[in-house]
Amino acid sequence: MKGWMGKFRALFILGVLALVLTGCGKENLTAFVPKGYGAESSMKLIILSIVVMTFVFLSVMIIYTIVLFRFREKKGQEDYIPKQVEGNKTLETIWTVIPIILVFVLAIPTVIATFDLADVSGAAEEGAISVDVTGNQYWWHFEYQGEEIQTSQDMYIPVGEKVYLNMISSDVIHSFWVPTIAGKMDVNVENTNQMYIEAYEEGVYWGKCAELCGPSHSLMDFKVVAVSPEEYEQWVADMQSVDPEEEPQDAVAVEGKELFEANNCMTCHAIGSTGSNVAPNLTNFGNRTKVAGFMEMTPENLADWIQDPEKFKPGNNMTGTYPDVSKEDAEKIAEYLMQLKHTEITPDVAGN
Amino acid sequence: MSHIHPLNPETMPNEPEKATLEGKNKFLGLWFFLGGETVLFASLFGTYIALRNSTAGGPTSQEMFGLELVFIMTILLLTSSLTSVYAMYHMKNQDFKKMQLWLGVTGLLGLSFLGLEIYEFAHYITDYGFTFRSSAFGSAFYTLVGFHGGHVTFGIAWLITIMIRNAKRGLNLYNAPKYYTFSLYWHFIDVIWVFVFTVVYLMGKVA
Amino acid sequence: MSIAATQKRSFSAILWDYLTTVDHKKVAHLYLFGGGFFFLLGGLEALIIRIQLIKPMNDFISAGFYNEMFTMHGTTMIFLAAMPLILALMNAAMPLQIGARDVAFPFLNALGVWLFIFGGILLNMSWFLGGAPDAGWTSYVPLATDSATHGVDFYVLGLQIAGAGTLMSGINFLATIINMRAPGMTYMRMPLFTWTTFITSVLILFAFPALTIGLFLLMFDRMFGSAFFNAALGGNAIIWEHLFWIFGHPEVYILILPIFGIFSEIFATFSKKRLFGYTAMVFATMLIAFLGFMVWAHHMFTVGLGAMANSIFAVATMAIAVPTGIKIFNWLATMWGGSIKINSAMLWSLGFIPTFTIGGMTGVMLGSAVADYQYHDTYFVVAHFHYVIVGGTVFGIFAGLHYWWPKMFGRILNETLGKWTFWVFFFGFHFTFFVQHFLGLMGMPRRYWVFLNDQELDLGNFISTIGAFLMGVGVIMFLWNVIATAVKGEKAEADPWDGRTLEWSIPSPPPFYNFKQVPLVRGLDALWIEKTEGNKQMTPGEPLDDIHMPNGSILPFIMSLGFFIAGIGFIYQVDHKLWYIVLYGGMALALGTMVVRSLKDDLGFYVKKEELEREAK
Repeated sequence: MKGWMGKFRALFILGVLALVLTGCGKENLTAFVPKGYGAESSMKLIILSIVVMTFVFLSVMIIYTIVLFRFREKKGQEDYIPKQVEGNKTLETIWTVIPIILVFVLAIPTVIATFDLADVSGAAEEGAISVDVTGNQYWWHFEYQGEEIQTSQDMYIPVGEKVYLNMISSDVIHSFWVPTIAGKMDVNVENTNQMYIEAYEEGVYWGKCAELCGPSHSLMDFKVVAVSPEEYEQWVADMQSVDPEEEPQDAVAVEGKELFEANNCMTCHAIGSTGSNVAPNLTNFGNRTKVAGFMEMTPENLADWIQDPEKFKPGNNMTGTYPDVSKEDAEKIAEYLMQLKHTEITPDVAGN
Repeated sequence: MSHIHPLNPETMPNEPEKATLEGKNKFLGLWFFLGGETVLFASLFGTYIALRNSTAGGPTSQEMFGLELVFIMTILLLTSSLTSVYAMYHMKNQDFKKMQLWLGVTGLLGLSFLGLEIYEFAHYITDYGFTFRSSAFGSAFYTLVGFHGGHVTFGIAWLITIMIRNAKRGLNLYNAPKYYTFSLYWHFIDVIWVFVFTVVYLMGKVA
Repeated sequence: MSIAATQKRSFSAILWDYLTTVDHKKVAHLYLFGGGFFFLLGGLEALIIRIQLIKPMNDFISAGFYNEMFTMHGTTMIFLAAMPLILALMNAAMPLQIGARDVAFPFLNALGVWLFIFGGILLNMSWFLGGAPDAGWTSYVPLATDSATHGVDFYVLGLQIAGAGTLMSGINFLATIINMRAPGMTYMRMPLFTWTTFITSVLILFAFPALTIGLFLLMFDRMFGSAFFNAALGGNAIIWEHLFWIFGHPEVYILILPIFGIFSEIFATFSKKRLFGYTAMVFATMLIAFLGFMVWAHHMFTVGLGAMANSIFAVATMAIAVPTGIKIFNWLATMWGGSIKINSAMLWSLGFIPTFTIGGMTGVMLGSAVADYQYHDTYFVVAHFHYVIVGGTVFGIFAGLHYWWPKMFGRILNETLGKWTFWVFFFGFHFTFFVQHFLGLMGMPRRYWVFLNDQELDLGNFISTIGAFLMGVGVIMFLWNVIATAVKGEKAEADPWDGRTLEWSIPSPPPFYNFKQVPLVRGLDALWIEKTEGNKQMTPGEPLDDIHMPNGSILPFIMSLGFFIAGIGFIYQVDHKLWYIVLYGGMALALGTMVVRSLKDDLGFYVKKEELEREAK
C-alpha cells in the first residue's frame, strides 16, 4: 500500500505543478489578474479569505498528522483501552471563539465591499455613461442611454470611468460576467438589475454568460472593449453619424447589400440606432472581434454562419426565420457585412 | 388484542387516543405532518403576497372581493372547529353516538363551506372573467385558496371514511387515535383559513 | 412470516417478500439497491460530461444532449442516489441504535421507498420519451417553463413523487426517535448518528414542502397555463429561485448531517474512545440545521437582491463555519489519545477530514458575497460542492456501508479491496475537482457544453477528466467487493468492530424483531458500558414476552404505482385529453388503495413467547 501511495502522491504533485505552470489563465479572461474595479474588490476578498482559511486548514492538518502518527494502534497492544475523555471546556471554547473572530475578520470587509459595489447612485450624475444591456438567447445587446447608439456583442467603454449598466433579459435568465473587469450579475426577465464596471487598462476583455440559458449557453460570449476616453469620444461620434443606407464601395458588397435586403434580414437586424433589435445590431459589424461571439472573424466563417447558424449555435433564434441562402449569396452578404466599418476605433486600437 | 374491543367506563383510559404506542405515534406523526403543512402554506402565502398586485391589467382584489360571503364562510368553518371539539369531548366520555353526531355536524359545516367557496370562485370567473390563467395574481389566488379548499375536501373525505368504517364498531383504542388525529387536522385547516381570510381577503380589500 | 424462514427460498418468494415488506431492515436494502443503481447511472452521466469536456470544442455529444446530461446527473445524484443511500443507512442502523423493533410507521416506511423508486423510474423514463429535463437540477424558470420537450415535466412529477416519500420518512424517523427509544435511553444518551438522523428529519420536514410548492407552481405553469413565472402576465421568476433554495440549502445539510453522525460513530469506535465533546456535537448539529434555513439566498448573491440582503446572508453563511469547525476539532480530539485502527471504514473517514475541510474553506470563501460575484456559477462552485457532497456525503456513505455492512447483510466487506477502492477513488476525486477551483476563476462558467480553443483551460479539463475515470474505477472495485463478499465473504459475528452502540449487541443480521428483549440503557455508548463492566450482553429492559409486529403489505407498492401512473397522465394530458383517463386511473388506484388501507384494520401479529424461547435453545 505504502509504495503505491507514494506514487500517487508524486503524480498528484506533478498535476498541481503542471497547473501552476500554465499560469493563471488567459489574459483578459481570467479573474486571477483583475484589471477592473469590481474584479479587484473581489480579488482582495478572495485573497483575504484564502489567507484566513489556509490558517484554519493548516491547524486542522497539523493536528490530523500528529494524531495519525502518534495514536495508531500499537503492535501487541490491541487490547489497550484508552482513557474515555468526555470533553474539555477550555479546548472547546478555544475552537469556538477563534473561528468566530475569523468570521468577523472576513465579514466586515465583505459587507463594506458589498455596499460599495451596489452603489449605483453615480448613474444619475451629469455625464455618467449608462448602457442598457439586454441579454438574449444567445447574444448581447447594448444601447447607450442618451447617445442614440445601439450595438451588439462588442461593448465599448472608456478606461478609468465608471460605466453603469441597466440589465434586463428578453427571454430567459442570463448572467453578465467579464471576469477580468468585474464579477457577475444576473440578467433577469422581470426587473432591471444595475451594476457598474470600470476598466483600469485598455484592452479587449472576454465576457461570458454565466447562467444556464439553453443549449448554446457556452457560446454566448461577448467582449468589452476598453479604449482611452478620447478614443471613446470619437467612437461615440462615429457611431452617431452612421448612415445605414450607405452604399458599399465594391460591386460584390453592393450585391450583398441587395441580397441582405431581399432576404428580409432587416426584419430582425438593424444597422444604425433605429430599427429592429430582436437580433444583433450590425452597426460597425466589420470591426467586431468575433462572428457570433466566438468564431474567428473571417468572411468564410460568416458565410457559413449565414447558411446554417444551427450548426454553430444550437437552439439559436435565427435558424429557420429566413429562406435558404445559397453559398454564393451567403458569401456576398458576408462581404457586405464585413465592410460595415463605421469607425476607426476598433478592437485593435484598444491597448495600443 | 384487547384494544380493538369497544371501550367501557371501567377499561377506559384517560386519553384513549394516546393509550397505545400506535396511538402515540399517530398523534405525534400528525403534529409533525402539520409542521410540514405549515411550511407548505407559508410558501403559498409568500408566493401570493409577492404576486397579489400582479394583475396584468385584469381585475384587482379590491374590485372583486366581497367580505360578506367570506365572513359567512369563516363563521361556518370556525363553528365546525367548535363542533369537532364537542365530538372529542364526547369521545373522552365514551359517548360514541354523540361523538358521531357532532362529527356529522362538523362534516356538514365543512361541506357548506366548500359549497360557498365553489360559488365564490364561479362568481369571479363568470362575472369578472377572473381565472387561474388571467394573471399571476389569478394563479396565486386560486392556488392558495384552492389548496386550502383541497385540504377541506380531503378532510371531509377522511371524516366520512372513518365515520362509516366505525359506525358499527364503536370506539376502541385502535380507532380513537384516528378520530383524534382527524380533529387535529381539522383545527389546522381552520387556522389556515384565518390566515387566508386575513391575508387574502382583508388585506386584499383594504390595501 | 415465521422465524424459521431462514432456509433457502425461491426467487419469487424473496421478491414477494421485498415487495410487501414493512421491515425497516429490508426497506434499507431496497433503498440501498435503488440508490446504488441510480448512483451508477449518475456516475455514468458524469463520465459522459467529462468526456465531452476532455478537449476544447469537443463534439462528443450535442449541446442539447449535454444539457440533459448534467441536469440528470445533478438531479439523480442528489435525489435518487445520495438521499436514498442515506435513508438506507438510517433505516438500517437508527432503529437498532435506539433499541426499537421497527419504526413508528412501518407502512409509511415502505410507501416511502416505493415512492422513491417509482419517482426515480419516472424521471429516468424521460430519456426514452423525447428527452430528459434540460434546465439544470435547479430548473430555473423561465428556461424550465420554456423547455420544449416533456423533460421538465418528468422532472416535476418524478421529484414530486420521490419527494413525498422522503417527507414521509422524515416524519417517520421523528416519531420513531421520540416514542420508541429503549428504556433508559434519554435524548442525551442517543448515539450521534441517531441524533443527526433526528435533526435531519426535522430539516426534511421543514424544507421539502417548499420544494413541493415550487414544483406545483412549475407544474401549473407548464401544464395548466398559470402565470406564476410568466413575466408577461405579472409573474416573477425569482419566486422559483427562492422556493427552490429555501428547500435547496437545507437539502445540503440533509445530505451532510447524517454523514457527520456516521463519522462520529466510526471515529469513536476505531479509536476506542468515547466521542469527544458529545454535548457540543449535538448542539453544533442543531445550530447548523437552524442556520441552514437562514442562508438560502447565498445561492442568489448575483440575482440582484440588494446590498442589505446580500450582506445579511453573507454573514449568516460564514457563521455556519463555526459549528462545523467545532465538529472537525471534536473528531480530531476523539482520535487524540486513542488507539486508532485503520480499516476501510476508518480510511474513508480519515480521507473525509482534509477533503471536507477544503470544501468548508471554499464554502466560507463563497460566503463572502463580493468574492462570490466571481465564483458564482463557475467551476469553482462545481469544485466546492463536489468537495462537500462527494468528499462529505459519498465518502460518508462508503464509510457507513463498510461499517454497517456486517449488520445489514451478515458479512464483512473485503478489507483489501476496500482499501484499494478508497485510494483509487480518493486520488481520482482530488484530480477531478481540485483543478476545477482554478478553472472557475480562469473564466470557465459551469454548465458549459464546450470551452473555446486558446483559453488556457485545456490542461485543467484534461486532468479533471482523467480523475473522473479513476473515480469510476474506484466505484467498479467497490461493486466487485460487494459481489465477492456476497459470494464468499467472511461471515460477521454480532460485534465485529468492538462496537459501542446497541446495534452491535444483537446478531448480524438481526432477527426481524431485532431485540428479543428490549435492552436497558445505562448511558451513552450503552454496549460499551456493559462491556467495560464485564457483561457479555445488554441487561434486558423487559421480561421475555410476546412481540407485536406489523403485517407486511403490498399496498405501498400499489399506491406508489398508482401515483406513478397518474404522473404519466399529468405529463401527457397536455398533448391529448385522452391521457386524462390515465391520470384519473392512476389517481383512482392510489386513492383507492388509501381507502382500502383506511378501511381494513391492520393489527399486526404476535411472535409468541414460546417461539422465542425455542429459538434461544
